[in-house]
Amino acid sequence: MYAFTYHRPDTARKAANLIGKVEDAKFLAGGMTLLPTMKQRLAAPAGLIDLTTVEELRGVEMKGRNLVIGAMTRHFDVANSALVKEKIPALADLAGMIGDPAVRHRGTIGGSVANNDPAADYPSACLALGATIITNKRKLPADEFFTGLFETALEEGELVTKISFPVPNRAAYEKFRNPASRYAIVGVFVAKKGKEVRVAVTGAGANGVFRAAKYEAALTARFHPKGLDGLTPFPAEGLNSDIHADAEYRAHLITVMTRRAVSKALGK
Amino acid sequence: MPKVSMTVNSKAVSRDVDPRTLLVQFLREELRLTGTHVGCDTSQCGCCVVHVNGAAIKSCTALALSLDGADVTTIEGLAHEGVLHPMQEAFRENHGLQCGFCTPGMIMSAVDIVNRKGSDLDEATIRHELEGNICRCTGYHNIVKAIADGAQKMGATAHAAAAE
Ligand SMILES: Cc1cc2nc3c(=O)[nH]c(=O)nc-3n(C[C@H](O)[C@H](O)[C@H](O)COP(=O)(O)OP(=O)(O)OC[C@H]3O[C@@H](n4cnc5c(N)ncnc54)[C@H](O)[C@@H]3O)c2cc1C
Ligand code: FES
Ligand code: FES
Repeated sequence: MYAFTYHRPDTARKAANLIGKVEDAKFLAGGMTLLPTMKQRLAAPAGLIDLTTVEELRGVEMKGRNLVIGAMTRHFDVANSALVKEKIPALADLAGMIGDPAVRHRGTIGGSVANNDPAADYPSACLALGATIITNKRKLPADEFFTGLFETALEEGELVTKISFPVPNRAAYEKFRNPASRYAIVGVFVAKKGKEVRVAVTGAGANGVFRAAKYEAALTARFHPKGLDGLTPFPAEGLNSDIHADAEYRAHLITVMTRRAVSKALGK
Repeated sequence: MPKVSMTVNSKAVSRDVDPRTLLVQFLREELRLTGTHVGCDTSQCGCCVVHVNGAAIKSCTALALSLDGADVTTIEGLAHEGVLHPMQEAFRENHGLQCGFCTPGMIMSAVDIVNRKGSDLDEATIRHELEGNICRCTGYHNIVKAIADGAQKMGATAHAAAAE
């Protein structure tokens, strides 16, 4: 790891100020992605703005009809929150599937969303639930937030403060995990709100998380695993091929995971 | 160099550190608590697991400075006055280790599982909860047995303490 200066602000405002002043600085949240990358010298920020003690970024609450989760809320706390389990159980379920217990004790929703790893779980929930990513400057709909591999609409030094999830009627997440890293080889989040069904796929897209428009239409017509019957196979173009799974296999998994997620959402 | 203070195994400690210092380096190199191991550089193996404010974390993936003011327990903090912790005793009795390199992390994770899930643990739960700990020797069978047994022993000890 290369040397850096260390800063530990106690408010979001101070954190945002510091990142503007300290040259080549990055926010440090749970460190579960940033620190391993720094150890491998794939990242070498000259300063770290540690968000550990920014209390206002932590917590879960209902605001109107939305479930709002602070950026520094750890995966463990989302997975075990009584409020999340009541309002969007699929989200608690997803958080409980991230990594392993020690990773969940440190990793945060804000860090995961800001990082936008193409195999991360939360981005699929944000897209499928139609979440809004709230920063210190603006509110970004999830549809505009995730822009590519490890790429987001965040500007230099912009701080994610909260993520606001509209509460769906039904939702579920199904993940086919890489047994070693536990990241998604394919993960599918399905959400139904009113008549609209949204299906978001992570782990598979060569360009990161995406919505499966054809499946959304089919499931809007009939919200049932059989709603996908008779469709042409999911196309393999634009999907990842790597040592874990080739594009054809990932395409197949998208269909299987979508069916399973719909069954789960229906309580079957 | 900035200063970091924390409580480690019930003792207050304070040191000036390079900001790069990871918790595991702080424990091993500054405090000479070498029971906490480092087995990988990808945060995957779990040899370095310690408890911070009561929760298991990977000490190779946290800056010491981030944990200023924290309460840390390492494998060295489990035994009391020469008597092994029930989970340590269970690993010994069930032959839950071979080379022993993964064992401190396994035991710290195991105690964390019992703290979260109670002392009646089935095999599937133990295996699932142990996903962040890798062992290259045992094939896991005896580790799983040891944890089930250690969990029962921890439950019995807690019961006895409550009855007193
Ligand atoms: C062994 C292991 C297994 C894992 N398995 C999974 C898995 O199965 N699924 C999964 O989804 N993830 C997995 N992860 C990743 C984990 O969920 C991370 O917690 C997450 O990707 C990053 O969150 P963090 O809080 O640790 O962020 P950090 O590592 O601290 O930061 C990540 C990046 O986001 C930036 N950032 C952090 N917070 C903010 C903010 N509030 N505003 C703006 N920028 C910010 C940082 O500057 C940095 O660039 C795994 C990690 C490990 C080590
Ligand atoms: S040394 Fe910490 S997880 Fe391997
Ligand atoms: S006993 Fe050797 S690595 Fe587990």
